[in-house]
Amino acid sequence: MDATIATFLIQDGLTNGAVYALLGLALVLVFSVTRVIFIPQGEFVAYGALTLALLDGGRVPATASLLICFGLLAFLVDLWTMRRGTSTAAILWSVLFNLALPAAIYAVTLGIAPLALPSLVKALLTVAIIAPMGFYVYRIAYRPLADASVLVLLIASVGVHLAMMGLGLVFFGAEGLRARPLSAGSFAVGPLLVSAQSLWIYGATIAIIVGLYLFFEKTLLGKALRATAVNRLGARLVGVPTQFTGVTAFLLAATIGAVSGVLIGPITTIYYDTGFLIGLKGFVAAIIGGLASFPVTAIAAIGVGMVESFTSFFASSFKEIIVFGLIIPVLIWLSLGAGLHEEE
Amino acid sequence: MTADLKHTLPGAIAIVVLALVPLLPVPPFWITLLNNIGLASLVAIGLVLLTGVGGMTSFGQAAFCGFGAYTTAVLTTAYGFSPWATLPLSLIAGAATALPLGLITVRLSGHFLPLGTIAWGLALYYLFGQVELVGRYDGISGIPPLELAGHRFLSGQSIYYVIWFFVIATAIGARNLLDSRVGRGIRALRGGGQVAEAFGVDIVRAKLTVFILAGIVAALSGWLYAHMQRSVNPTPFGLNMGIEYLLMAVVGGAGHVWGAIFGAGVVLILKDLLQRFLPDLIGSSINFEMIVFGALLVTILQFARDGLWPLVLKFAAKRPTRQPAAAGSLPRRTMPAVGTPLLRIDMARKAFGGLVAVNDVSFEIKAGQIAGLIGPNGAGKSTTFNLITGMLSLTSGSVFYGGEKLSGMSPRRIAKHGIARTFQHAKILPTMSVLENVTLGAHLRGSAGVFKSFLHLERQEEATLLAEAARQLERVGLGANMHRPAGDLALGQIRILEIARALCLDPTILLLDEPAAGLRHAEKQELSALLRKLKEEGVSVLLVEHDMGFVMGLVDHLVVLDFGTLIAEGKPAEVRQHPAVIAAYLGEVAA
Amino acid sequence: MNLLELKDIRVAYGRAPVLHGISLTMAPGTIVAVIGANGAGKTTLLNAVMGVIPSSGTALYDGKPIPPSVEARVAAGLCLVPERRELFTTMSVKDNIDLGGFLRSAAERADTREEVYGRFPRLAERRKQLAGTLSGGERQMLALARALMSRPRLLLLDEPSLGLAPKIVIDILEIVSELRKTGVSILLVEQNARAALEIADHGYLVELGEVRRSGPAAELSHDPALMESYLGLVPE
Repeated sequence: MDATIATFLIQDGLTNGAVYALLGLALVLVFSVTRVIFIPQGEFVAYGALTLALLDGGRVPATASLLICFGLLAFLVDLWTMRRGTSTAAILWSVLFNLALPAAIYAVTLGIAPLALPSLVKALLTVAIIAPMGFYVYRIAYRPLADASVLVLLIASVGVHLAMMGLGLVFFGAEGLRARPLSAGSFAVGPLLVSAQSLWIYGATIAIIVGLYLFFEKTLLGKALRATAVNRLGARLVGVPTQFTGVTAFLLAATIGAVSGVLIGPITTIYYDTGFLIGLKGFVAAIIGGLASFPVTAIAAIGVGMVESFTSFFASSFKEIIVFGLIIPVLIWLSLGAGLHEEE
Repeated sequence: MTADLKHTLPGAIAIVVLALVPLLPVPPFWITLLNNIGLASLVAIGLVLLTGVGGMTSFGQAAFCGFGAYTTAVLTTAYGFSPWATLPLSLIAGAATALPLGLITVRLSGHFLPLGTIAWGLALYYLFGQVELVGRYDGISGIPPLELAGHRFLSGQSIYYVIWFFVIATAIGARNLLDSRVGRGIRALRGGGQVAEAFGVDIVRAKLTVFILAGIVAALSGWLYAHMQRSVNPTPFGLNMGIEYLLMAVVGGAGHVWGAIFGAGVVLILKDLLQRFLPDLIGSSINFEMIVFGALLVTILQFARDGLWPLVLKFAAKRPTRQPAAAGSLPRRTMPAVGTPLLRIDMARKAFGGLVAVNDVSFEIKAGQIAGLIGPNGAGKSTTFNLITGMLSLTSGSVFYGGEKLSGMSPRRIAKHGIARTFQHAKILPTMSVLENVTLGAHLRGSAGVFKSFLHLERQEEATLLAEAARQLERVGLGANMHRPAGDLALGQIRILEIARALCLDPTILLLDEPAAGLRHAEKQELSALLRKLKEEGVSVLLVEHDMGFVMGLVDHLVVLDFGTLIAEGKPAEVRQHPAVIAAYLGEVAA
Repeated sequence: MNLLELKDIRVAYGRAPVLHGISLTMAPGTIVAVIGANGAGKTTLLNAVMGVIPSSGTALYDGKPIPPSVEARVAAGLCLVPERRELFTTMSVKDNIDLGGFLRSAAERADTREEVYGRFPRLAERRKQLAGTLSGGERQMLALARALMSRPRLLLLDEPSLGLAPKIVIDILEIVSELRKTGVSILLVEQNARAALEIADHGYLVELGEVRRSGPAAELSHDPALMESYLGLVPE
């Protein structure tokens, strides 16, 4: 291995690591606020990448109709919960969020998908289609389980993952797709050849991390999310509605997932089930961060990207084994630190 | 019809029907389906032990099937082993993989274990696909069929009997295990483990036991699969199958052994129907079962978290209750002579960060005494109590029992000294019967292990333990409620149940954490009377209490804490007059 | 009209009943003390009023049925300072205080924050410190300050003196009795009976989930039932 290959591998690791970092952060966010281990995070990545790829071809992505299905289902769930008395306002809100919103997004998609759009508009449209799904998934699958244990929520997550992956197969088919980069071309920085897409990835990752930081540190809503994570009862007592923070967390997670899909879609071919593997690499990072620490998760994610990139060079067929095997020493370390008796 | 017959009849009919199916003119795919259900049932039974009973979850069981299948595939094709000779080796392979993975993960809190299983489920799948020895993604073919007395189990009909023999044997063994001393320890894990530990169950070992057992039955399923299919490749051992097995356990209701077979049946029949009819219905060849399975999993968790088997059980006859036979009695501890020093707390200190909860407290309890540890809220009573029982470790100071230093020992080892406790927030297993809950207290007085329990070779010892528990229940006056689920009892009775459970340890000293909290007046009087009776029978008692009224007439010696410091000690009447005690309880402001 | 009127409030944990039908009324602008030995159900009562745990019976607030959810009750002017304070320990004092006003507008929050800092200068000094690093007394002040940020009309205080040194207890109770002058009504649960009755207008002695005695605070503090309830009868 010479220096050129090494720098190439580092760049590759950094690019993937940045995406894993975004996903890892979203997972930590959802877990700390709602106690849900959000396995389906990866599906949003696949949906995002595949939606963008279809938009590239001037086609109306199936996710737009899927969004309507999700909205309809959420509406039915709302009606079911409201069967014992409700208010007109509640029904109106439900119609607005669950029926009108997806219909509007669908109409916009239908209208502008065939036009030759600039990449950035397509990317934004993709995020607009995918992000509300986070809200509906929460409403349909998780909110009825709000009182359940972490373990039950985790099993439910696996169910949601299966269903969403299956829907991905139905709507996108088994063929892989690759999206066009947000900006084509690349340029030389010294000996390095840097693609414009990887700059988009670095830029978006940094922007999202800074954005999350500002959101959590400077806004009251962000603080309310942190407060819910620190002390659920305390947050309820100051009037923070648990459902509200739950919705926000899932919405953020879906948005981050969709953005990750838009970023990674042009650098690798995405199949309906690729998202799961990408999401799990975010998980490896989040577990290293103990499902609690944002900075550790972000750094670990870069590490996961590096390990993956170097093993794909030295032992390419063992890449996945090594990346997922990484979790074993982490678990050993966590288990040595886990006390059995100490409790307050 | 007797109750016994009524209870066993549906099972007997099911077995006869199962035995007759291959002899009837049924389509061959029925047999294939039933074979697959049998294989999946084995894995699901393992998951029931792991998830439903032990409170741990694994998405990676399919990988253990893989180890079982590949072990026999490699040994029979490359090394010429006979299929039966590889059976123990396949099971050992399953156990040997489960052991290190279990050692790593069983100590972790709830959610890291299942996440770990997802990771190794994937890693091992890729590993099967990469290793030359096991034929990479192509797998191994040409595995010889099973053979018995010259008969080769080639057809689906013939291996059917082998598979279902193992399924039924495993299910009965698993039921036997749960209905035993070891099984009670495992079932107690669901309650959080504190009770189990306080009565001497080695939690890590119990978790590891179920983990390895689940691995072994999965490997058995893999071994059978290899000889049924006569070829193996990585696909059936991937994460998706692991998730499907968990779905079966959830559908069946993760707490029921027979539910596992039911769950496997429901899921596989549903899968078969979906794969055969859905594509025609919507005119596409795509597999929709993933969507349906995912939705099914979420729906069951939302609407029937205990699975569907309990709904089936509603129609079944109740298992008849058996009065424990008056079997032989257990050896008893010699009680220390009345008046000798029993428990000594020496300069005990506990700090949480900067907060000193217990501040250099010393006192002594003599054998044959009822001693009370009292103080207002936040005085450090419960912390002191937990320091004695080993639930918390001391910052400094020590606790002695007789001449021996207890501090630093685990709750389990402290229990071995004859120190039994109850819990402030009563900890019982609500679905277990009162008798079984109490028998858990006698855990340390039996010795039968997993193997004996699996085959029910420990019935003699088990009967003795149950008889002891029944005796203690009579002693405290709960004998009439022996066979009710413990969750049906009123709070007062539950507190008494906890005392009976503690008595099963044959303790020299009972430690009671707020035994009177939440009790009505009459219940408190009954509790007092019981404790006096126990004292006469030679048991010493230390109780932590808020309720001064309850304590005053009962105890021989009172220790009062306030702000973590001992402020008074002595006979109840003296302590009640102590100005510091009055101030601590009613407040400083002069009356 | 009464600010709060409870009729036959019952709570059970699983099958075990904890409150066996408690009735209580409080007039606007008063301090009502609920006292009793530990395990009597005082904390349960406050949690039921706040809606943190489910209960049965009638609860009227301002003559109307009390709103259903916790956040609606906070919006209506109820606020609970729980026994364990439930602060956001890894967040700053200022963040804790700001979150107290989560349901109020930014302008209201800014006004109330100044008021609160004026009342608790110690917290103003430590506004950047993490809540988890405060001393016991300061934590209680922060819990009170956070509650005041929601501009409550009825403050539910659960054992404000718990775990505090006697001198700080007096400080805290003084602050509580001052709060009443600003028009806030207070339902006070205390084990420290004498101190609580000293500042209260009316008292309820609760035993085993039932009201055993109630009356004007001054009378109740001399009731022999009080001593008996706390320290028990000495048997002959």
